[in-house]
Amino acid sequence: MSTVAIPAPRARPSALARAWAFVRRHTLTVYSLLFFAYLLLPIGVVVAFSFNNPKGRFNYTWQGFTWKNWAQWDAIPDLKSALTLSLEIALIASLVATALGTLIALALVRYGFRGRASTNLLVFLPLSTPEIVLGASLLTLFLNLNNVFAIGFWTILIAHIMFCISFAVVTVKARLIGFDRHLEEAAMDLGANEWLTFQKVTLPLIAPAILAALLLCFAISIDDFVVTYFNAGNRVTFPIFVWGSARVATPPQINVIGTAIFVVAVTLMLANVVLQRVRESKGAV
Amino acid sequence: MGFFHRHRGLTPYLLLAPGMLFLAVFFLVPLGFLAYQSLETGSIDFGYHFTWAWGNYWDAIRHYRGHFVRSFEYAGIATVLALVFSYPVAYWIAFRGGRWKNLLLLFIVAPFFVTYLIRTLAWQTILSDNGLVVRILRDIHVLGSGGRLLATATAVVAGITYNFLPFMALPLYVSLEQIDHSLIEAAEDLYASKWKAFLRVTLPLSMPGVVAGTLLTFIPAAGDFINAQLLGSPTNHMIGNVIESKYKELLDYPAAASMSFVLMAIILVLVLAYARAVGTEKLTG
Repeated sequence: MSTVAIPAPRARPSALARAWAFVRRHTLTVYSLLFFAYLLLPIGVVVAFSFNNPKGRFNYTWQGFTWKNWAQWDAIPDLKSALTLSLEIALIASLVATALGTLIALALVRYGFRGRASTNLLVFLPLSTPEIVLGASLLTLFLNLNNVFAIGFWTILIAHIMFCISFAVVTVKARLIGFDRHLEEAAMDLGANEWLTFQKVTLPLIAPAILAALLLCFAISIDDFVVTYFNAGNRVTFPIFVWGSARVATPPQINVIGTAIFVVAVTLMLANVVLQRVRESKGAV
Repeated sequence: MGFFHRHRGLTPYLLLAPGMLFLAVFFLVPLGFLAYQSLETGSIDFGYHFTWAWGNYWDAIRHYRGHFVRSFEYAGIATVLALVFSYPVAYWIAFRGGRWKNLLLLFIVAPFFVTYLIRTLAWQTILSDNGLVVRILRDIHVLGSGGRLLATATAVVAGITYNFLPFMALPLYVSLEQIDHSLIEAAEDLYASKWKAFLRVTLPLSMPGVVAGTLLTFIPAAGDFINAQLLGSPTNHMIGNVIESKYKELLDYPAAASMSFVLMAIILVLVLAYARAVGTEKLTG
């Protein structure tokens, strides 16, 4: 009989020890999941309270489930017109700001010119100015030139275009920097002029970035409160409506609209993620 | 297009003109008006007149020093908290996210899709006196039996931290994502421990993200008044609350303008110091 030492069977680690080992190995993952839970918690509250059936004027404690708020989302006076105004402003402002911002981004990435550094600075400054200063300074301009600007729709629109431009520039610029210029040179070598090259090569390639800039500007515009509050006069956008109601009563319909905006935005972003996945798997640029 | 060919040097300026003109007229000029207004004296009934009233600045600092200090204090704490909270998550997505990166980023920006005011109102619900959080904290005696979270500095800082987290997490992710993994492997091959490799390689390489995230969080936080208004009590009011009430309720434009300018000046000094340290190109992407 050979004397082969048979290793003693190792004691099975206790369930607790295994759990601890698991936690240590996955600390970062567990932490990240907790972080996501924290990020999503208030969103869950917003969605849940859109189904609340509050007895009083304030929608702060849970009192029962109802579909009523969704069915009668426009039962609150002025809520619908506030939402309409926000949508109008966001649509026009995002289109104009993205157009202007794309042109600036093209100039900044494509051309060396005198004043490039100060252009970069002027684009960056609105991003690094607190909103309250942006709002206050614009209001000062509008008040001082009150024979030129009537405070209302147009002043809101101007304000929104102003703070959206920089976001559009940054978004499109990021895409242009990682862009293969040889593609354009090839088009030019094949006899396309600058405009044709732009139409057939450049524009399709930066289209996703332009779309992203549009969505970003739309989202920022529809969400803006501070700058709008200063420059809206007696016009009421959706965030201004929420602000006003926070003082006297918070109808659950506010949560309905908030949830709806959230769902639409997330759907669009998810569609974008899926689209990118498809493009990547096809090996497209 | 012959024109563009003959005047190639002109093209970037033509691309820039509309957008930059807009920014000049509705961002720079208003700042000029704000500066002008800040040196006026008078009253809303008899009109304000330009009198080189530098005293407005002195008054702003003297009467509202507490509000200024509190603003930068709250913003500073919130920025540090946001950095500490979101760095591990940004790291986790960048290094372990794999093909789910875009989806995980969507979670990070999800709060942005719920209107700012609505998600702050949601925190009001979560932190309210008969909410779950307060009840648990009272049960474990972190809070006294009458202790509350709402209307405290804690609630205001918590609100600011939450509301600006994505501004911190996104730039952190971008800079961590760009790190060449072979550098970290090289450090580990050279017998650096995982922790040391992180401290000596990963962390320094992610500094541009830390700087950008810090600025993008700190600047809007310092000028914020919504969190202090909805989650705090008047003793927690920040300089933004004062500017807002002077502009919108008291119509004391010169005082509000000089306070905006002091706020802007302090922030600008900080931003320029940062910009010098890291270069404007890195900041503006």
